[in-house]
Amino acid sequence: MSTVTVPSYRKRIGYQAGLLGGFTLIAAALLVIGDIATRDTIALREAEDLQASLSEVIPLALHDNDLLADPITLEGPDGAPLAIYRARRGTEITGLAFRVRGRGYAGPIDLLLGLDASGQILGTRVLSHSETPGLGDKMERSKSDWILVFEGLSLDHPPLERWAVRKDGGDFDQFTGATITPRAILSALREGLVFFAKHRDTLTASAVIQVEIPDAEVLEAAASEVSEVSESTESSAAR
Amino acid sequence: MNTSIDAPAPTAWGRIATDGIWNNNVVFAQSLALCPLLAVTGTATNGLGMGLASMAVMVASGLLISLLRGLITPEVRIPVFVLIIAVLVTLVDLGLNAWLHDLHKVLGLFIPLIVTNCAILGRAESFASRNRVMPAAFDGLMMGVGFTLVLVTLGAIREIIGSGTLFANAALLLGEGFAGLELTLIPEYRGFLLAVLPPGGFLALGFMLAAKRLIDRRLRAPRPATQPAVATG
Repeated sequence: MSTVTVPSYRKRIGYQAGLLGGFTLIAAALLVIGDIATRDTIALREAEDLQASLSEVIPLALHDNDLLADPITLEGPDGAPLAIYRARRGTEITGLAFRVRGRGYAGPIDLLLGLDASGQILGTRVLSHSETPGLGDKMERSKSDWILVFEGLSLDHPPLERWAVRKDGGDFDQFTGATITPRAILSALREGLVFFAKHRDTLTASAVIQVEIPDAEVLEAAASEVSEVSESTESSAAR
Repeated sequence: MNTSIDAPAPTAWGRIATDGIWNNNVVFAQSLALCPLLAVTGTATNGLGMGLASMAVMVASGLLISLLRGLITPEVRIPVFVLIIAVLVTLVDLGLNAWLHDLHKVLGLFIPLIVTNCAILGRAESFASRNRVMPAAFDGLMMGVGFTLVLVTLGAIREIIGSGTLFANAALLLGEGFAGLELTLIPEYRGFLLAVLPPGGFLALGFMLAAKRLIDRRLRAPRPATQPAVATG
């Protein structure tokens, strides 16, 4: 290619800086436009994803509410706020689901743990992980059935000390070539179950939101209950 | 490098194609893009996804940079190219996430890796910034095709040796119609982990590079032999 004679103004530092600045400005503007144009749709898609994962760990038959509608937030086992999605039939809590996290071989493993009101595992699914493909990824539902063994188990079934892989004297199979991954999942689930046991009363207390307008009598009773509760919390706070 | 590509004559189009796919292949000849190459080629399907995503970005960046080549001065060209490529990749990532969410779940892992693909910057620098728009876009396409072929081949080799399957999960990437592509070549295979891990990628790539050289030597060998024969006859 022959050398094109460049106009002299292009060699000035001002043109160079202006060019770079102009391109950066355009790039930033494009990114802002792109972000605004997609933000809501992406949030919607992510909510759909969460909904889909939730419906895998809490059977549809168990609830009649929208699981995503009113999550409560508690301080999770790791100290960070944890959103808990509650399944209700009428006002009775029939199940709940929340995220638990284990430390895997290559990074954190995030799981969604679904429990019924008595603390039995309804189901659990891996949301994200960075384990070795073909080796540590057998905990994915699409790759194997391993993750299903937890259904129906709870903190005392099997006993707490047997919530471990066989290598560590527990009840659960590790998969060939990978012990760290199942170990991480087991400790995450154990942590989740302990968390539930600790906060059981808060988590399974009947929902405050009532769909039908109750009778005056019930309302009065509820009001007196509430005042009692607030009194008791006040007194405990004073203590 | 005996002919120059000043005007897009028919031969030049053919040359762009053969350069992109074989002679000046991103991986084989330029040894670029090894980071995304080794990271994702555990399976042929992943290789295909990465290849297609990279190809789209290469075509778009070729187009844009060729369009803007009159404006950009040599002194600031590299930051401007990096900026353009990064914006393209980010917009593709956002758009896919919003409107083709299922595809994004499969490809999402690869899209940020495209930025690490220095082959895109390399083509912007050595081709798109010196050529007209159509040849630049075509060069991007052909470089992308060449890259995709290497990715799929390397992915297939590692997948067959490593887990005994071919195109596993292709239906997730391409749609249910391609479920027939998913093959289990070695039933009841215990797996050979090394092939799936990064060292296996380096090993397989080494063998592929050696094979490319061998083929090139075979192709080149007959030529000197025929010329003396013509001269004596």
